[in-house]
Amino acid sequence: MAESWIILGGTSSMARAFARAVAERGCAVFLAGRDMDDLKATAADCRQRGAPLAEALRFDARKPEGFAALIARLEREEGQINAAVFVGSMPDQAAIDADPALIDGVVADNFTGPARFLQMLATVLEARGGGTVVGVGSVAGDRGRLGNYVYGAAKAGFHTYLSGLRNRLGRAGAHVLTVKPGFVDTAMTWGLEGMFLVAPPEKVAADILRAVDRRRNVIYTPFFWRWIMLIIRTIPEPIFKKLSV
Amino acid sequence: MRWKTTEYTGWGRALRARADLARPERQSALARITAQAPAPAIGQLRSYGDVALNSGGKAIDMTRLDRILGFDEENAVVEVEAGVRIGDLGLAFAARGWIAPVMPGTGFATIGGCIANDVHGKNHHVVGSFGQHVVEITLLQQGRRRRLTPEKTPDLFRATVGGLGQTGVIASAKLRLMPCPGDMMVLTERRIDGWDEFLAMLDSSRANYTVGWIDATAKGARLGRGILEEGEITSGVSPTRSRAREVPFDAPQWALSAPVVRLFNEAYFRRVPAGGRTTVKPISAPFFPLDRIHNWNRLYGRRGFHQFQCVVPVAEAPALRRMLERIANSGLASPLAVLKRMGEGRGGYLSFPMEGYTLAVDFPNRPAAVALIAELERMTEEAGGRIYLAKDALTSPERVRRMYPEHEKWLKAVTRADPEGHLITDMVRRLKLRSA
Repeated sequence: MAESWIILGGTSSMARAFARAVAERGCAVFLAGRDMDDLKATAADCRQRGAPLAEALRFDARKPEGFAALIARLEREEGQINAAVFVGSMPDQAAIDADPALIDGVVADNFTGPARFLQMLATVLEARGGGTVVGVGSVAGDRGRLGNYVYGAAKAGFHTYLSGLRNRLGRAGAHVLTVKPGFVDTAMTWGLEGMFLVAPPEKVAADILRAVDRRRNVIYTPFFWRWIMLIIRTIPEPIFKKLSV
Repeated sequence: MRWKTTEYTGWGRALRARADLARPERQSALARITAQAPAPAIGQLRSYGDVALNSGGKAIDMTRLDRILGFDEENAVVEVEAGVRIGDLGLAFAARGWIAPVMPGTGFATIGGCIANDVHGKNHHVVGSFGQHVVEITLLQQGRRRRLTPEKTPDLFRATVGGLGQTGVIASAKLRLMPCPGDMMVLTERRIDGWDEFLAMLDSSRANYTVGWIDATAKGARLGRGILEEGEITSGVSPTRSRAREVPFDAPQWALSAPVVRLFNEAYFRRVPAGGRTTVKPISAPFFPLDRIHNWNRLYGRRGFHQFQCVVPVAEAPALRRMLERIANSGLASPLAVLKRMGEGRGGYLSFPMEGYTLAVDFPNRPAAVALIAELERMTEEAGGRIYLAKDALTSPERVRRMYPEHEKWLKAVTRADPEGHLITDMVRRLKLRSA
């Protein structure tokens, strides 16, 4: 059966690894993002790896007026439509402290932009009676921390949105997977201080695809972040507020 | 672009460098870096010595630019980003009936590295070196994009192929593939009892892929004994791939001591029945025998190792035999020793290949081995041969000049391409390659 994946934030290395993995399975791939040259290169790569169709599409999380055209393009495809959201941005918390206006962009990139797109896609999935949505959040969304709490807050909002969307789409036979990666070896974390247990993007992509196949609801990747975050979440607030973890 | 300060080494791990590394994930980011902070490119760090090291400086890690950009089936030309690993490319296309004409001994090497070192494979005597199958190189020179071809920019092309990254950063390249019947190889292995027989067998081999493993610990009448491997690509169905293994930590010193190596080599020699044998294997096995053991370089311990590789003209085979005698008598050799017949094909001014025999031997990094390698280099030079820069960590500026007669042409092109010396590496400094 024909299956298509739209991959939002297709320039990230996690998205690229995921696109390759679904291309190797013979799925059509739509790579959406802002750097069209880069998306075209990844699309070409996906075609060489087995995708019957791979296209680059323009998507800017901060410009929702462009979303309808994307949805229209996807509706032209027959069969099951799936979406994976890798969009996100993480400016320095210090930069945000200096310029609170940056908060709007962080929230749009990590939460409201993808949510508005998925809200439009949801009606398509309901009409077709199936499909999978993968939403990539972050362990940073599990608890607000000194180092990146605006980013964390946006991801937390996205997690909550995804859980509600799962509730809604489950009734129509479509599935929503929430992915919470720990530290991943990407351009976002390259050269940052204090990184440990950094996972390669290919490992994260493989974990996501396995979770899609098993229709899991929420996964941490790599898996041990579930236990790390369990500890972080159980620290009582009076103690947590004094820590800088 | 964020820079990451880190220590890194070549494959031999005998030399180390601390440098700031950028790792762009898109061509736009790469172009920006080469414009704002031009630096030499590095790949999977599979060259042995200091080709990719830049102590106290900067380097651009190309490994994330690893996409196949297109395949023109009519002309058999594939376009790839420089960070694509040659093994991935080889395996992706072999099942479709195409193969990279030149596969080096490790599939982990990047296309950029294969070009910059003009690598060769087990079929060099048939198809020549890697650079001879490159039809176009996209080079970034301080943010400026240039397309090099052997026809339109012959000088810069020949300075870039085998040019140790000194003309610019290779962003992508177009390679001509070769049709192949499938992704399996029929491999014939036979025992060779001594030196003269080995040369005769190499000379008379009609196979496309030919390589000899030498027991570098065998002396006297058994000097030069080993196993001759001849392969042809064939069709067939790959059995499930065996899992890669990993060397998890640095091995202790005795792991590759003389008695252990002698025992290992004896067993390795006897693994092949006296009457020889023919098997069919997935092509990755004969092409990249050691890739299944990740980080095998750790077997040599933290001090690392050196690979000595030379090529000498056919008529100088007796000199090569004397070298092998020295190696066997030293008791320093490791199991990894390879003998091959080379054709004359070479793609650049500083390319290694020449018509003759090439010998490669690994040695643990010890003072006695360093002294022995110096002696082997001297013998190579006397025989009119040369050593392979991709493997070198030890030689001298003067020796390289005498071994590489086209160095001056390379230098002229490189001086024009990178007048301010942004791309200079530890090897270039050590061997004074950029000074007249």
